[in-house]
Amino acid sequence: MSRPVIHATSVARIARGHRLQYEPAQDCHVLLYPEGMVTLNEPATEILTRCDGQRSVATVCELISAEFGGADVSDDVYEFLRLAISHGWVVIG
Amino acid sequence: MTQPLRHDAQTIARPLWLLAELTYACPLQCPYCSNPTEMAQIGAEMTTDDWFKVLREARELGAAQLGLSGGEPLVRRDLEAIVAEGARLGYYSNLITSGIGMDEARVNALAEAGLDHIQISFQASNAERNNFLAGSNTFEQKKAMARAIKAAGYPMVLNIVLHRHNIDDIDDIIAMAESLDADYVELANTQYYGWAWHNRAQLLPTREQLNHAESVTTRYRDNGGRMKLYFVVPDYYQDRPKACMSGWGDLFLNVAPDGLALPCHAARQLPGIEFPDVREHDIAWIWNESPAFNHFRGFDWMAEPCRSCVEKHDDFGGCRCQAFMLTGDMYATDPVCAKSPSHHLITDVVAEANAPTSARAEAQPIVFRNPKNSKRLHATPPAGER
Ligand code: SF4
Ligand code: SF4
Repeated sequence: MSRPVIHATSVARIARGHRLQYEPAQDCHVLLYPEGMVTLNEPATEILTRCDGQRSVATVCELISAEFGGADVSDDVYEFLRLAISHGWVVIG
Repeated sequence: MTQPLRHDAQTIARPLWLLAELTYACPLQCPYCSNPTEMAQIGAEMTTDDWFKVLREARELGAAQLGLSGGEPLVRRDLEAIVAEGARLGYYSNLITSGIGMDEARVNALAEAGLDHIQISFQASNAERNNFLAGSNTFEQKKAMARAIKAAGYPMVLNIVLHRHNIDDIDDIIAMAESLDADYVELANTQYYGWAWHNRAQLLPTREQLNHAESVTTRYRDNGGRMKLYFVVPDYYQDRPKACMSGWGDLFLNVAPDGLALPCHAARQLPGIEFPDVREHDIAWIWNESPAFNHFRGFDWMAEPCRSCVEKHDDFGGCRCQAFMLTGDMYATDPVCAKSPSHHLITDVVAEANAPTSARAEAQPIVFRNPKNSKRLHATPPAGER
């Protein structure tokens, strides 16, 4: 699979047929999709809960950075989004 | 199931996947149906409120995926209500249907009730074979419903069970899926449970047929085909068993129409295990405490060669039901495994399927899945049953 290209202005959203939700029984967020589910760790949750189909990737990075004392998180965000796109969890545009 | 639920190895086992078999009634008569052949003797179906209780209690335990299957779940008039309750509780719901009993209004009502996903099954790629295998004239109706599902905004997931009588149509099957604008196509070789077990000699493809179908599938993928194809190989042609249900009582909770809680849809036949009724016990007790759900958990129940095998963590010794059906011993190694002393029970059947003319297959007619045949097959309890 070719490496997905993501720009600062790209807008990411959860792919159709996928649902992000908090699971009380497991005390974590999960991504549900046909016949499957992934349990999300904290960084993944921070990123995906902000991918609302409106915000640019740059804005997502800023918001998370603000949450974590101004740390540069963009490498992590881009890397995770590339993974999420290659799994079909997230789409750009 | 082509994409098993993934879950954290650290978390304790939870019934993340609830399969609600709402009814064993079905207008079709597929000879490869995995429903129990004794369906005519199975008790009355649960009420809507019984199902609400199951949904609620399983959800509290962490169930997130809800499969609505059967039989044909559309036979239940309260399907929309059950879907709505599932949605309210936060399930991701998946309807597994043949499309019979559906019309556009019902697709839309289900969507409105919050249904997340629909999988529609076809018997074959042309009317003649579809109608023969289904035991009724349903091909055009199915195509119309596949289109209605797509029009309602769902991705279209087609499921076709492959066997000796339709596997050579693989090119046509893929072309039909294309013409219906499918997104995902599950090319699932028959698994030999229930009715399929009875029709094994009739349904098992030859190695040549299988290789052909696999190569056509691979070619489609290599040519960059638009649809995503899943090819589920028949375990009879393998030398290691499948990790059945990802382990007994690890992920899957199956609730049968009569309220029996089962670790897999075929487990009812296992002798001497008393499966709990969801109306008499809550799901937490059933999952965590009941002897039935603990029966094959872990590795202590295993006999050799599984017990000292390094691969036991990968496949849990295979399928308990398959071990029982083939050897009469539910603790045995799944005979699909080449290390099983009973592996010949698989290779003999495969050899027969590949023989130039399979005398047994000729002599034995296909047994269609219907109440009449169910009564006939179970007039006297077959050997090996309680
Ligand atoms: S396999 Fe065929 S007969 Fe069995 S439930 Fe499905 S559609 Fe009905
Ligand atoms: S011997 Fe048992 S555990 Fe080992 S590979 Fe075969 S089935 Fe799996």
